[in-house]
Amino acid sequence: MTWLRDHFVDVLGLAGQHIYLAGVPLVLGLLIALPLGWLASRYKALYPFLIIGTGLLYTIPSLALFIMLPLLLGNGVLNPINVLVAMTIYTVALLVRTVADGLGAVPDAVNQSATAMGYKRLRRFMSVELPLAVPVISAGLRVAAVSNVSIVSVATLIGVSQLGSLFTDGFSRAFLDPIIVGVVACVLLALLFDVAILLVTRLATPWQRAGSPTA
Amino acid sequence: MIRFDAVSKQFPDGTKAVDELTLEAPTGKITVLVGPSGCGKTTSLRMINRMITPTGGRIWIDDQDTAEMDEAELRRGIGYVIQHAGLFPHRTIAANIATVPMLLGWGRRKSEARALELLERVGLPANYAKRYPAQLSGGQQQRVGVARALAADPPIMLMDEPFSAVDPVVREQLQDEFLRLQSDLGKTIVFVTHDIEEAIKLGDQVAVLRGSGNLAQLSDPAQLLAHPVDDFVADFVGKDRGYRALSFQQSPQFPLSRESSVPLGATPAQAAAAARDGWVLVLDADRRPLGWIEPGRITAPVRPEMLARGGTVATAGGPLRNALDAALSSPSRRGVIVDDQGALLGTVRAYEVLAEIEERARPELDEADLERAGLRPVEETPG
Repeated sequence: MTWLRDHFVDVLGLAGQHIYLAGVPLVLGLLIALPLGWLASRYKALYPFLIIGTGLLYTIPSLALFIMLPLLLGNGVLNPINVLVAMTIYTVALLVRTVADGLGAVPDAVNQSATAMGYKRLRRFMSVELPLAVPVISAGLRVAAVSNVSIVSVATLIGVSQLGSLFTDGFSRAFLDPIIVGVVACVLLALLFDVAILLVTRLATPWQRAGSPTA
Repeated sequence: MIRFDAVSKQFPDGTKAVDELTLEAPTGKITVLVGPSGCGKTTSLRMINRMITPTGGRIWIDDQDTAEMDEAELRRGIGYVIQHAGLFPHRTIAANIATVPMLLGWGRRKSEARALELLERVGLPANYAKRYPAQLSGGQQQRVGVARALAADPPIMLMDEPFSAVDPVVREQLQDEFLRLQSDLGKTIVFVTHDIEEAIKLGDQVAVLRGSGNLAQLSDPAQLLAHPVDDFVADFVGKDRGYRALSFQQSPQFPLSRESSVPLGATPAQAAAAARDGWVLVLDADRRPLGWIEPGRITAPVRPEMLARGGTVATAGGPLRNALDAALSSPSRRGVIVDDQGALLGTVRAYEVLAEIEERARPELDEADLERAGLRPVEETPG
């Protein structure tokens, strides 16, 4: 593994880029999915449209999206914004259903009593519904994180560099080392995202670890 | 005071949940709405805090039309307790109780202090404050539900089958504590239940509803038992009405028979010497009755296992029902009457209780009911 030793700083740079391109859309996607998921859970008539509509976005091949977005947004092909937007779209596609189902799983009695105590709609959402939906949303977020880490590597083909660049590099030189390093680094990144999300979830849901009735 | 003025609720599909209900829940009293499922009692309750919007009529709180009040403000002034408590699973017990004070902007410290005060008030230890609802039993959660509803000291409480989901023993405890709490607080309470026993036990007045919020009868519990207005109400109120009505009549000073007694450990000879009609009462060191014993059937000093249990005891001045039951359930046929500390005062026979019952006048119909029934009032016999 002398290759890794020689190129460690480069790999680290690529990994940083990878985290940026996969992580920022995760946050943006969540912020967009929250109101959409709320709409889907609040208005049952909208549910199928929103869920199927956003779900279909995920079926757009990533390469196609990476190529189309610069045209749609009027950006240069090499602009990383294109990748951020594409990844945000994929994140939204995965999270709208999760958010809707997470909010839908909040017990009716809890929502009723919140309303009866004088919560207005937005405050009830922020301080009752959303906290209770965190475990479900977090599960969806973990899937989206892994998916993002994997899809981002395709962006190499439109010239935005991140860990995926190691694959094309190794492929063009018929040299295995960078490919292996790239795969391992992607797996480690996915794990890193996963652990980070789990940790935040744990901090946000102390009530989930409370035991059952004790005398 | 809460006043329903010809209130209706018709759902979009055309079903009438409540049809022109007119009703008054007086200040400081418990009004129970009771009826079979689908009678519109919960719908009526929820129209008070506008969880459900009436399609006709008005609901007044004192002199204010609730329809013209701000929704959230109206609700913050009304305590609300539901079945299974509906606690917030993600908040500690203290935070649950402090919900409305926080919404009202009391600030964290004051709200928390209030939460602790209420925790004690509903009989839960202070160290429960930091627990989560899932760590409490159903009965304990329900107490927290009551504490949460009381937190901002609202003048009005709405309670929707709050004690229905707990086992009968806990339910009775909760009911007793609720009555004790209410005698301190004097809230204006509207209470929904499907259980007529609960309605009779808790209500200052009971509103029996039949289908679609039709008020069949509005009476105090004694009146309801003595004079159900029609077959529906009579059926719904159930059997043993005469006996149950005795719960609402105080016992007089009975001419008690003195009862000789023996302590635990008395010899068969001592017990035989004290017995009357073959039975003697055994008392503990504080003169509290433990049970009856037949001296003729024991061969060794009195031990607890020998005692005939099952007899109830009645407190002097308590309801006639308890006195009669004490006599009926006693193996010696002598009903045990005790003082407030539970110490023996004497015994009374069933016929003595019955004589007292026959002396009493049954509750009379009120004027409106007399007119409806086409009866003239009972004439006072000239003395």
